[in-house]
Amino acid sequence: MRSKSGASTTLKLAAAGGLLFLHLPLLLIFLYAFTTEEKSYQFPPPGLTLEWFAVAWGRADIWAALGLSLRVAAISTLIAMLLGTLAAGAVARSRFFGREAVSLLIILPIALPGIITGISLRAAFNLAEIPFSFWTIVLGHATFCVVVVYNNAVARLRRASGSLIEASMDLGADGFQTFRLVILPNLATALLAGGMLAFALSFDEVIVTTFTAGQQSTLPIWMLTELVRPRQRPVTNVVAVFVIAATFLPILAAYYLTREGQHAGGEGK
Amino acid sequence: MADAALPLRAVESGGGLLRRLSDLLVTRPRLMLLVLLGPPLVWLGVVYLGALFALLLQSFFSIDEFSGLVRREFTLRTYGELLQPANLDIIIRTVTMAASVTLASAAIAFPIAYYAARYARGRWKALFYLAVMLPLWSSYLVRVYAWKLILAKEGIVTWIFAELHLTWLLDGILALPVIGGPSLSISYLGTFLVFLYIWLPFMILPIQAALERVPASLIEASGDLGATPRQAFATVILPLALPGVVAGSIFTFSLTLGDYIIPQIVGSSRLFIGQAVYTHQGTAGNIPLAAAFTVVPIVIMGFYLWGARKLGAFNAL
Repeated sequence: MRSKSGASTTLKLAAAGGLLFLHLPLLLIFLYAFTTEEKSYQFPPPGLTLEWFAVAWGRADIWAALGLSLRVAAISTLIAMLLGTLAAGAVARSRFFGREAVSLLIILPIALPGIITGISLRAAFNLAEIPFSFWTIVLGHATFCVVVVYNNAVARLRRASGSLIEASMDLGADGFQTFRLVILPNLATALLAGGMLAFALSFDEVIVTTFTAGQQSTLPIWMLTELVRPRQRPVTNVVAVFVIAATFLPILAAYYLTREGQHAGGEGK
Repeated sequence: MADAALPLRAVESGGGLLRRLSDLLVTRPRLMLLVLLGPPLVWLGVVYLGALFALLLQSFFSIDEFSGLVRREFTLRTYGELLQPANLDIIIRTVTMAASVTLASAAIAFPIAYYAARYARGRWKALFYLAVMLPLWSSYLVRVYAWKLILAKEGIVTWIFAELHLTWLLDGILALPVIGGPSLSISYLGTFLVFLYIWLPFMILPIQAALERVPASLIEASGDLGATPRQAFATVILPLALPGVVAGSIFTFSLTLGDYIIPQIVGSSRLFIGQAVYTHQGTAGNIPLAAAFTVVPIVIMGFYLWGARKLGAFNAL
């Protein structure tokens, strides 16, 4: 779709304006993490200081929330990778009755608004009299993370040629050997990318978590409490900067892991 | 040759337990399918559908007005309560917001997607893609929070208007009925801006995907046949990009319908569906009414998806 004439100025301005709209607000968060004003969101900041990073470092409640978030994200990601890969293996390779329904079921937890997933889980925990715990949070997170891994894995499996697997079987490898030596190396970067995205998704999820966490607080829940009842506003900004870094890095990694595959796949589209 | 003989021998001798298990799975695709699909289906079926069903079930219960406890017998009373004017107001307000957010994000997303699909190349293309991907996947709460800083009365927007000597304009906008308010962070306009900001990437990506699929030859052909660029856009590109717009609108519409964090942090005190669900299940303890409220977005999205399917939006996802 290359055009000889190039883009018009209006189009360039509109596109650039849209992208700035998407990214300028985040820069502001960085600025506010250094402000000396702690009672309001005054702009421009009256002065700049590094003090809040030290304050945030010394806060036990932030460390506790961070620890919980990391553990939840790690376990949820592992579960999602396992379930997502299995489902992708089934859907990509064979046609069966109800195949469409299966893909719909996997996508549903993120297609429906998060509040529905959250409140249904809560209602179910209530009915089954399950007390809130670390595992109730994981249960919710893993459910909406499956789709991310599944999407990545299914896209890769569809591109991988079936003849490779047949060739491996013809040469005498059994199903497990084929999986280990042929399918898994092909799939590895897609799985890793899916896992990274799932991790980022879980790490800053707040809507489902408010319904499944009970009294525990993950880092986003901690932030939400601070937003509703602010104490030291710049400390919240420091945490926000950290959350941005902790979610951007895995996503960037996921992008570079799947990039080559996309170019190769583009040929056959 | 010697290498090829090895596995052959393994087959003749019947192999180990693993080998037999593998043979069983390979020769019986149905069994293989069951093994693959079993765990994810059990998880999603039990945890997710089970929970969803538990919720729907509760919407047919009602709350006892005197004891405040949930009465577990079938009734449509809760749905009757849902149709009271106060609750209908909440539903209409939320749907109106979802529709405006969807329209505005389509308008802003289209130039970005169009540029990324038709003109950006190489490094720039990657940059565009990342610039849209990063906010889509990350830091939902942080990005909402950023707007609390921006829209605050003492914040940057007020400052910019003051520097430009346009404070009168901002005051004029805030004085508008319905969408205005004491400050941007306590008005529908503020809520709208944040919704727009947060869901915009969900609109850009499907439109870009749809535009990428429009073959260049088609546009050249329309030019050769005498269409002006404007005509080519209106009669060739736009109709082909429409499924992408509809696909994006599924996200912007559905996400706005169910969100309760954004209107809670930036907005007036008037409730949206998500907040109504949250308060009814939490402080009010009225799970049946909260459940009935969640049925509203489910039903609306059901119709929406049905319509989107007819327009071919699913192929653009």
